[in-house]
Amino acid sequence: MSHTIVPLKTYATIFVLLMVLLGLTVGVAYLDLGALNLAAAMAIAVAKAILIILFFMHIRYGRKLTWVFAGAGFFWLAILLVLAMTDYATR
Amino acid sequence: MPEPAIAHAHQFESAEQQRDADTLGMWTFLATEVLFFGGLIMCYTFGRFSYPQAFEAASHHLYVGYGGPNTAILLCSSFTMALAVRSAQLGRRKALVGFLIATILFGLGFLVVKGFEYHTDYVEQLVPRWRFHWEGADAGHAELFFWLYFVLTGLHAIHVTIGVGLLTVVAILGWRGRITAENHMTAEITGLYWHFVDIVWVFLFPLLYLIGHR
Repeated sequence: MSHTIVPLKTYATIFVLLMVLLGLTVGVAYLDLGALNLAAAMAIAVAKAILIILFFMHIRYGRKLTWVFAGAGFFWLAILLVLAMTDYATR
Repeated sequence: MPEPAIAHAHQFESAEQQRDADTLGMWTFLATEVLFFGGLIMCYTFGRFSYPQAFEAASHHLYVGYGGPNTAILLCSSFTMALAVRSAQLGRRKALVGFLIATILFGLGFLVVKGFEYHTDYVEQLVPRWRFHWEGADAGHAELFFWLYFVLTGLHAIHVTIGVGLLTVVAILGWRGRITAENHMTAEITGLYWHFVDIVWVFLFPLLYLIGHR
């Protein structure tokens, strides 16, 4: 599992991608896209989080069990947000 | 006196099982952290859904000039953290300590910027209860936005502070030669915590600073 030693180049590529995505999220915020502004901001944030989790946090190189543990917290967060908002959004 | 690095503690079958336990334990803690911040994110989602104009107007009083560079600082710190863990895996002691110090400095830099930002918020009368003055419409829900801003960023800043403390301990252990290629999980799981704190900010930045369009 954490025995995999990730090449320097991979870390550097992920870092550059993260900085590009940061620039993109700030750039997009200065365009008027209506409701798409929120969708774009969240899509970019999720992309950044996935890059960090997969590569910096070594999930990509981990066991399936680690995937389950890492996914559980986010899955429960999704339950919290989705079920609560189905109430508020349909009143 | 430091003992020589042992392969695994006696309650584990193997070093590999011990590393699995370390990793899964940290991820379990991080799941509780996701839900800890998640409750506040739920409050935020409800507030933004219910009072979109007030939240957008309030958000435009925050400075992308503070939040943007601070995001970059944390992303840099995650990069140096990843390199520190890699150095630990390879048993490169000096590189480990060097990258940890770089990560600590980025973390402190983030907190300094945040401190200046809180000062600006105070001067501009954006601190709920204590010093809040709102010219626009719907002052109550603008104030709600700033409650969420201060609680979310405040809790995040506490996490960064704890992270800096943990990294300092790991750096001292590393310097004393207690972290080796065979025994590097202290660095690995501290790294998981640090990257998690970075991810929290990755979401807070667009949610707080970039509502609507600027």
